[in-house]
Amino acid sequence: MDTRELDFTPVPESSRDADQIVRPSTRYWPEVWKRLFRNRLAVFCLILIAVIAVLAIVAPILSPYAYDEADLMASNLAPCREHPFGTDKTGRDMWTRVWVGARASLLIGFLGALAPFLLGTVIGATSGWCGGWVDMVIMRICDIMLCIPSMIYLILLLIVMGGSVQSMVLAMALSGWMGSARGFRGRVMQFKNREFTLAARLQGASGARIVFRHILPNILGNIAVGLSSAVPGAIFMEAGMSYIGLGVTPPRTSLGQLSTEGINFFMLPSKFHLFLFPALVISLMIFAFFMFGNCLRDALDPRLRDEEYNARRLRSLRRALRRGKKVQA
Amino acid sequence: MSLLSSVSWKGWDSMLRYILRRFLISLATVWMIATICFFLIRMLPGNPFIVANPLDMTNAERLMDYYGLSDPLWQQYVRFLGNLVHLDFGYSLAHPGRSVNDVIIQYFPVTAQLAVQAILFGIPTGILLGILSAYRRGSGLDYGTQMLTILTTAIPSYVLAALLQLLFSVQLHWFPASGWKNFSYTILPTICLSLGLIAGYCRFMRTLMLEVGQQDYLRTAKAKGLSNIRIIVFHQIRNAILPLVTNLGLEIAGLLMGSYVIEKIFSVPGLGKYFVTSINELDYTMALGLVVFQAVVVVAANFLVDLLYGIVDPRVKVA
Repeated sequence: MDTRELDFTPVPESSRDADQIVRPSTRYWPEVWKRLFRNRLAVFCLILIAVIAVLAIVAPILSPYAYDEADLMASNLAPCREHPFGTDKTGRDMWTRVWVGARASLLIGFLGALAPFLLGTVIGATSGWCGGWVDMVIMRICDIMLCIPSMIYLILLLIVMGGSVQSMVLAMALSGWMGSARGFRGRVMQFKNREFTLAARLQGASGARIVFRHILPNILGNIAVGLSSAVPGAIFMEAGMSYIGLGVTPPRTSLGQLSTEGINFFMLPSKFHLFLFPALVISLMIFAFFMFGNCLRDALDPRLRDEEYNARRLRSLRRALRRGKKVQA
Repeated sequence: MSLLSSVSWKGWDSMLRYILRRFLISLATVWMIATICFFLIRMLPGNPFIVANPLDMTNAERLMDYYGLSDPLWQQYVRFLGNLVHLDFGYSLAHPGRSVNDVIIQYFPVTAQLAVQAILFGIPTGILLGILSAYRRGSGLDYGTQMLTILTTAIPSYVLAALLQLLFSVQLHWFPASGWKNFSYTILPTICLSLGLIAGYCRFMRTLMLEVGQQDYLRTAKAKGLSNIRIIVFHQIRNAILPLVTNLGLEIAGLLMGSYVIEKIFSVPGLGKYFVTSINELDYTMALGLVVFQAVVVVAANFLVDLLYGIVDPRVKVA
C-alpha cells in the first residue's frame, strides 16, 4: 500500500498565500528602537528631555549670575533681556535658579527611579532564585512594607538625614523597593525552570550569573518601561516633599522648592513669573517622561507590532494607489 | 443578590480561618510599623524640649526625666507597646496637656471626610468615564479622558490646586478659596484630591474593559443573543471591576498622604498638618501616635478590602 499518497497530499496552490510571512523578520531590540523612533510623540518627548537636560547642565554655567547670588537692587524684576525668567524677592536670577533646580529634580528623578529599582532587583532576584524559606520571609516583609504608606517612611528618613538630593534618593530607595522586588521575583520564578537556565546551570554558571546574564536580558523591556514611568513619580515626590517643607534645603534649590515658593505669589500679576516658570518646566519634564514611558511600552508590546505593520503597509499602498502607480498587492 | 449567593455557605469555616489569618498579619504589620517608627523618630538629632522652647539644659534634663525619656530605650519601647495595646498614645511633649487621642478625635474626622468625599466622587466618576471611553474607543471623550490623565500626571497637585483656586475662587467666586466652615469649603479640596483618582481609575477601567472585551465568554454571551447593554453591564463590567477592588486599599493610603499637601494649600484643619509640625518639633509621642494611627487606618482598610475581594470574586481561594 502506498502510504505517501494518502498521508501527504500536496498543498493546493490557493492556500499558499495564507502561510506567507507577512513582514520581514528582525531581531527584537533593533525592531523596538525602530518602532520607537518612528513614533513622533516618542521622538518629541526624547528631544524635550534632552533640551531640558542640556539646559540644566549648561545654562547655569553660561549664566553671568550665580544661582544663590542676591542683588537687592534688582529684586522682583519681571522677565527682561538680562533676566529671561525675571528675579525673585532678593534679586536672584530666576533663569539660573530654575535650571539649577532642574538639575536637582532631574537627578532625583533618575536616581530616585533607579535606586529603589536596583535594590528591589537584588532582593527580588534573591527571593525568586533561592525560593523556600528565604522567599517566604522576604515576601512577608514585602507585604508588610507595602501596607505602610511610604510617605511616612519618607518623611521620617528625610528628617533623620536632612534634605538633600542624596538623602532624598536614599529615602526613596528604602521606601520604594517592594514593587520592583515583587515583579522581579515573579519573572525570575517564571524563567527559573526554562531550558536555557538549565543549560546554563549544567555548564556550571553561578546563581547570580544566571539571574543577571541569562534571565535579566529577557525582561529588560518591562524594566525599561517600569523605570521610565517611575521617573515622573520620583520628581513628583520631590515636589510634594518640598511643598511640605522637607525637600532640598536652601540655599540649594529644586524645581519643587521653586514652584512652592512661587505659589505664595501666584495671585499677584507682578510676581506671576516666580510661579509660572518653575511650574512650567517641572510639568514639561514630567509630561515628557510620562509620555515617553507610554510610547516605550507600546514599542515593546508585541501585540501592537503586527497591527502597526499592517496599518503602515495599508497606508503606503493607499498612497501609491492615489498616485496612480501600479501596485503589487 | 448574586453577590451574596456567590459566597458558599459551607465555606464559612475556611472563611473564618482566612479572616483570622489576615487579622493576625494585620496586627503584625501594625506592630512592625510602630517599632520601625519608634526607633526612627528616636534617631532624630536633638531632643523635644530644646527644640520647642530653648530652656537651659538642667530644665530640659529634668523634663526628660519627668517624661521617662532618659530611661534605656528598650524600657521606653516596652512602655510604648504596653500603652499601644490599651490604645493610649500618650500626651504631647511640645504642648503640655494635649493628648494625642484628643488631637486624633478632633482632626481626623476632617481628613476622613475629605478622603471619603474624594473616593465617593472620584472612583465612580473614573469608572464611568473609563467604561464610556472603552465603549467609544477613539472618540472625543476617549481623547478627553486621555488628556485629563496626562494633565493630572504632569502637573504637581499643588500647582493644580492653585490654578483651581485662581479659576473658581478668584475669578468666578463660586467656591471659597481656603478654610473649613461648611460644605462649600470642601468642594475644591475634594476635587483636587479626586482628580488623580478619576484619571487613574478611568485609564485602568478602560484597559480592563478592553481586555475583558476580547475574552471568549463575551463572544459566548453575544452568540446567545443577549443585548449589548446586558453584555456590557452583566458580563463585561462585572469582570472588569474585580481588579479595581484590590487597588482600593492602596488608594486609601495614597489619599491620606496626598491630603497632607491638599490640606496645607486649602488650610484645612486635618491631621496632615499636625503630623508634619509634630515631627518638626520632635514631639515624639505626638508624631508616633499619629503615624501608628494612620498605619492602623490603612491596614484596616486593606484588611476590609481583602475580605471584600473574597466576597466579590467567588474564584478567590479562601483557604
